[in-house]
Amino acid sequence: MPNGLDKPETTLEKIERMDRRIVFLAIAITIILPLIWPLGLPIGVSPQVDDFHEAIESIPDGSVVLFPNDYDPASKAELYPMTVAILHHFFKEDRNLKVIGLGLFPAGPPLLQKAFEEVAVDQYGAEYGKDFVNLGYKEGREIVMASMGESIPQTFPTDFFGTSIDSLPIMQGIKNYSDIAILVNVSAGYPGTKEWVQQVVSVFDVLMVSGTTGVSAPEYYPYYNSGQLAGMLEGLKGAAEYETLIEEQGIATSGMDAQSLGHLVIILFIIAGNVLFILNKRNKNRDRGGRF
Amino acid sequence: MWELLGIWIQVFLTLAIFSFLYRDNPFYKFAEHLFVGVATGYWVVLQIRNVLIPNLFQPLFGEFSDPWLVIPLFLGLVLFMRLSDKYSYMSRWGMAAVVGIFSGLAIFGFGGGDLIIQIRSNVMPFIDTEAVQAFTQKAGVITFLNILSNPIFIIGVICVLFYFFFSTEHTGALGVVSKIGIYLLMISFGASYGNTVMARISLFIDRAQFGIVNWIPTVIIGILMIIAFVVLAITGKVDPKKQF
Repeated sequence: MPNGLDKPETTLEKIERMDRRIVFLAIAITIILPLIWPLGLPIGVSPQVDDFHEAIESIPDGSVVLFPNDYDPASKAELYPMTVAILHHFFKEDRNLKVIGLGLFPAGPPLLQKAFEEVAVDQYGAEYGKDFVNLGYKEGREIVMASMGESIPQTFPTDFFGTSIDSLPIMQGIKNYSDIAILVNVSAGYPGTKEWVQQVVSVFDVLMVSGTTGVSAPEYYPYYNSGQLAGMLEGLKGAAEYETLIEEQGIATSGMDAQSLGHLVIILFIIAGNVLFILNKRNKNRDRGGRF
Repeated sequence: MWELLGIWIQVFLTLAIFSFLYRDNPFYKFAEHLFVGVATGYWVVLQIRNVLIPNLFQPLFGEFSDPWLVIPLFLGLVLFMRLSDKYSYMSRWGMAAVVGIFSGLAIFGFGGGDLIIQIRSNVMPFIDTEAVQAFTQKAGVITFLNILSNPIFIIGVICVLFYFFFSTEHTGALGVVSKIGIYLLMISFGASYGNTVMARISLFIDRAQFGIVNWIPTVIIGILMIIAFVVLAITGKVDPKKQF
């Protein structure tokens, strides 16, 4: 007998041992339905998201922004909406911000380039090489970060397309972190926010904010509490809150109903699983003549 | 045309990966192997195009602007000496440089960026007078919880540190303190797990949104896959009751 006793399984035991594919199916349906028929649940803005927004607002018009996008397609679902929302903020108010993008994940820069084209070029008419640049990927992790403190042009002699950065107007006069007003990092892990804080913020005293995956966010909260990060976006929820703040409803906002309902179903499954476990344990103890 | 083909391939690969939730199967294996192969090829090309050519070959052999780059070139090449039994010891020179540089940067970064600043940020007044002032001005749940923030933080740090203090047996008062420490750790693990769940659901939302936008290929490929699974089950090549 599956229950280890010489008697047939009870209904509760059967439910407890049900096919896990039923759980997958239930979660899939719960997530897909609100994507087709949105509920429009309200989205509040967390203090750390507000601080992220304020930090970007605080830099003077015409400043240079360093925008490392340290993620790849594995984290695209969470972080690409963030990249898009942040780019809207950079270019929306015609503040003449100069955005220098790069990536320390090999497959990151193509995603960044896609976001630049979709937002900066198509929606705000920004010009490559003048208003923004994509320096591409560079191997070396912390070494790249430290090396940029010495010289950004020497660390990245060419951009994403192989063009010499000396020929790009945006890079004229840019030497190192002293020319950067704010570091806006979108990070999926290593190398990412933690390393930028350790190698750049604490050494070169650069103002920094970070958007991270939900998984890595708890690791970065101490940096936000200590003031090393001026603001934080946490996963798709953080991106949706940011979209609310800048009044640009995007892909993150459209996924929030599904996210909320998905969490609700998982919470219900966790509660149901624990209740079943306790009831079954009590029944087994009773059958064996013991106490619960 | 190529874009359309790309969408169909994306849909197929997405469904092939998700099919693992039904059970391990040839579609999943194909997608998995394809991903590993493509990722490796992409990484190699990228390293050559974005790193070796602009930072090493071009300045060293093209422009002759930096002859000192011979040193990293040499240290990089000797790493391949591992392939030789006779000269494998030489690979340690390159590895020593890599380990040395990364260790130095990591220690320096951790000391300056984590250790000192984090300890400093933990030194705070037990009662935050600003929070008390905010509560007296506007009494509410949030302003009250803000007053509790510093005490919880300080007591939490002390209790967790005591939990990791192994020189004395955790009994009596120390036992109570370390017990509070382990409960606080469990709460933090719970928060991390919650964030992980949130992240995983976000990944599914992205794929679901993609599937809804491209619903025609999703439905067609989905139906074809289900037919394939039925055929595999009938022919006995797949046991539908076995999950993984």
